[in-house]
Amino acid sequence: MAEEQVIVGLEVHCQLDTKSKLFCGCSTDYRSDGPNTHVCPVCLGLPGAMPVLNKRSIEYAMRVAKALNCTVLHESEFSRKNYFYPDLDKAYQITQYDKPLAEGGYLEIEGDEGGEKRIRITRIHVEEDPGRLVHMGNAERGKYSLVDYNRAGIPLIEIVSEPDMRSPKEARKFLNKLRATLEYLSVFDSEKEGSLRVDANISIKGSERVEVKNISSYKGVEKALLFEITRQKSLLRRGQKVDRETRHYIEARGVTQSSRSKEQEHDYRYFPEPDLRPLHVQSWVEGIVLPELPDARRERFIARYGCSLNHARTLTGELRLANFFERVVAADPKGLATLADTWIADTLIGELNYRDMSIHDLAMDEKNTTGFIQLLGLVKDRKCYDKMGIDILRQMLDTVKQGRPYETPLEIMKRLGLVPLDVASGGTSPGGASLSETNPVTRAIAEVITEQPAAVEDFYKGKKGAFNFLIGQLMKKTRGCADPGELNRLLTEELQTKEV
Amino acid sequence: MATEQEVRHIAELADVGINPEELGTFTHQFNAILDYFDVLDRVSGDTAVTRDLYNVMRDDIVKPSLPQKDVLANAPAQEDGFIKAPRVM
Amino acid sequence: MTGHEITFEPDDPYHAFLTTCPRAPHGDGKLGGIAVAVKDNISTKGIETTCASKILKGYIPPYDAHVVELLRQSGAAIVGKTNMDEFGMGTTTENSAFGPTLNPYDTGRVPGGSSGGSAAAIAGGMVRMALGTDTGGSIRCPAAFCGIVGLKPTYGRVSRYGLIAYANSLEQIGPMGRTVTDVSALLEVIAGHDRRDSTSYDKPYSPAPRADISGLKIGIPQEYFGAGVDPQVAAVVTRAIGRLEECGATTVPCTIPSMEYALAAYYVTCTCEASSNLARFDGVRYGPAADTKKSWHEAYREVRQASFGTEVRRRIMLGTYALSSGYYGKYYAKAQIARENVKRDFTRIFSEVDVIAGPTMPTIAFKLREKSDPLSMYLSDILTVPANLAGIPALSVPCGKAGGMPVGLQIMGRPWEDERVIDVAYAYEQAVS
Repeated sequence: MAEEQVIVGLEVHCQLDTKSKLFCGCSTDYRSDGPNTHVCPVCLGLPGAMPVLNKRSIEYAMRVAKALNCTVLHESEFSRKNYFYPDLDKAYQITQYDKPLAEGGYLEIEGDEGGEKRIRITRIHVEEDPGRLVHMGNAERGKYSLVDYNRAGIPLIEIVSEPDMRSPKEARKFLNKLRATLEYLSVFDSEKEGSLRVDANISIKGSERVEVKNISSYKGVEKALLFEITRQKSLLRRGQKVDRETRHYIEARGVTQSSRSKEQEHDYRYFPEPDLRPLHVQSWVEGIVLPELPDARRERFIARYGCSLNHARTLTGELRLANFFERVVAADPKGLATLADTWIADTLIGELNYRDMSIHDLAMDEKNTTGFIQLLGLVKDRKCYDKMGIDILRQMLDTVKQGRPYETPLEIMKRLGLVPLDVASGGTSPGGASLSETNPVTRAIAEVITEQPAAVEDFYKGKKGAFNFLIGQLMKKTRGCADPGELNRLLTEELQTKEV
Repeated sequence: MATEQEVRHIAELADVGINPEELGTFTHQFNAILDYFDVLDRVSGDTAVTRDLYNVMRDDIVKPSLPQKDVLANAPAQEDGFIKAPRVM
Repeated sequence: MTGHEITFEPDDPYHAFLTTCPRAPHGDGKLGGIAVAVKDNISTKGIETTCASKILKGYIPPYDAHVVELLRQSGAAIVGKTNMDEFGMGTTTENSAFGPTLNPYDTGRVPGGSSGGSAAAIAGGMVRMALGTDTGGSIRCPAAFCGIVGLKPTYGRVSRYGLIAYANSLEQIGPMGRTVTDVSALLEVIAGHDRRDSTSYDKPYSPAPRADISGLKIGIPQEYFGAGVDPQVAAVVTRAIGRLEECGATTVPCTIPSMEYALAAYYVTCTCEASSNLARFDGVRYGPAADTKKSWHEAYREVRQASFGTEVRRRIMLGTYALSSGYYGKYYAKAQIARENVKRDFTRIFSEVDVIAGPTMPTIAFKLREKSDPLSMYLSDILTVPANLAGIPALSVPCGKAGGMPVGLQIMGRPWEDERVIDVAYAYEQAVS
């Protein structure tokens, strides 16, 4: 049986990073404040209050429209989407329905089959976020909800894609590329909690489509899609059919769950919002000057810094990461470009991911950026070898994560007792005189040879891998504080001497 | 022509409820009004609504919000600064 | 404000007020020290605002409507909140959850509605002027029934910020008063641009009612004197128009063919908008408590069924039905086209005449409980709704009596020509005084 084709389309909701809400002057900077402290008659839905559209939200949305190659419509309009829910202050959401801001664009991603792939954008529209619900109580004593309207009225942009993605991986790439694009446009901050929410439409070719709602993280998208695809495929394999339905993603359990049928009977009774006037903003498009976007920056990184394609993709895939890279390189453009490329795109990203940290966590304190630059300087000047550098980096990240006071790389080196071992003074003389007994490197080599007779034997038998094993042991003993090149040379010499 | 069942469904959709004893009269009056609305079938033309006001917007400037006590003042039930609402789960 | 206050403790035998402010503070200014009553669907900071509905009983707005701010700035004393049909849904003020208002001319009759409390407060001599709101005739009908003057301004002339919405695209706040001069003075205070209402225009009003109407062309639509219009009322109005001719105006017969479906278009539009506007009343943020232990639909349904009156629930249901999937095209969309046709009819007529005149209401004030059937009550709005559909200014000025009850002469004008409408009414008032 041929592999069933997976079809995925996404509806991505992002909070636009304006100062005030979409229809009132309340501040959008609510996350660290108490409930219901950023509300006014408009966003609380008090009787008689009226919405007034925030111009910047439209400008931001139009930047996105232009960057995603969409056509801004001659006339767009806001409508009311009517439904009851305690977090919805007016019992309708002001959104755009039959006259969205923009239609018909695309975003290029790296496709599963290699090369660039175009994901078509159906439409872009602007709408308001509802408030936030907290579920309280229990089955015995009665359940109820608590509502905080601080989030009500935060501007959202909804970007709807065509069903052009063929795997969860492509969906993730689309989302990452979209996030990067929005951040490059300075209209969105992915670091803000809950600033992105995704609904996904998933089907196996020839079967019904399922909508999965409530995906609220980048990682969640791939997980939710994988779960849903597996579920649908196994249904089909057992000869059952997939129902057309709406499901919710339960992040904690990594599963999708059918929404109760009652909720599906939505009839939103859309009609134009009579308290707002239509938009005629097509002519603004011309005046929008787009900044350098991820693809252009990627090409520049390759051309200017000699980054590999993969590294350039990684580095430019996140605005803060790209900025961090360029900050680091700027400190010593000739010396650090090559080093920074690998250290940031591979080592740093790996260590951050391991700790569930983002580049923002590191780079938001300027000292850490300086520290990272110093660290790379030490590595470059061979005052610190790769393995030592990684240890120091791990310490730096742990310090940030645990909120401990900042230490410079040199301070960390000192604290850990990581001193570059002076291999040269313990080295052999060209004449092949015996090694000094007191030098730690010399001692370590002697110890390893004594402790690993089998590996030494294998080496003499010409077994590949034996030498690397011995080097590994040697690195461990010297805690990475010796120049790996020198170690290599000294061990080779020692083994050869022995053999003679 | 709306049936009693439809009228009940509409009452449900609108969350206004309807008593069994008022359903008959309600449906009768509802239909009389809907019949009257049928005159709209005779409307011809397809003009969109004309407006002379577009792009009414404000600048992105933060204005003071209400004090929390004013926000909660009219709420019948509250808890720790939140407004209490029925359960949704 | 300079810290003055007036005492306001009226008898109120007509139940014009839902709330009175016995000590009403006021400042200096154009309306300095004048007692002004405000319809109870207009938000007043610190003063209970109920829309005559149980669902807003006890609701104290934390903010003033724009017009209320302007009233306060002008020095007016806000002396109370007037009775109305619940949320403005009615033509008699009998649909108030707190009991009907009575007509000061005949307490066995209704004052008209929905701004019946404001009209009765003026006609009963309790205040000189009041604010009303007019969605489909709610200022002009009670003005006609109670023998006072009331103006529905051009749509957008007065900010709706703080007006508890019934049908946003149709309604306007407007002045009501004993005389055209009072109405003009009140309009001057409340008209003008407000950034908080996106449908508001920058068209301030400077009053100078002039009685000179020589050369004025008045359109007389045949539909305003046809079937359904009480011949006695028609006769009184025809005589009044004759007085205008004596003042130098000329009359031109005209027709408004779209009146065939104007009332249906009006009721579809206002119920659709109302169904959405009134959805927010769920007992969570304000109003009687929803039972938080229940699931939300159940809790909402309970509180809304118990706290909305029958007519309000009927209109919410009509609007819900008309907007529901499969019916939008038949009702809402058609109503919007009908509206355009009404506008076009007016534009055509106003290319030939300066104002249009006719009766405000087809009859005199109904007896209490006379209009028990909803559709027959809706039909009595037929002469007032066209102005709301078209957004044009329309005024009712007392023009005599039929059967001992006041009759209103309705004058409609071109958009933004509220001034001319007021001038014509002033000319009439001067001619008969």
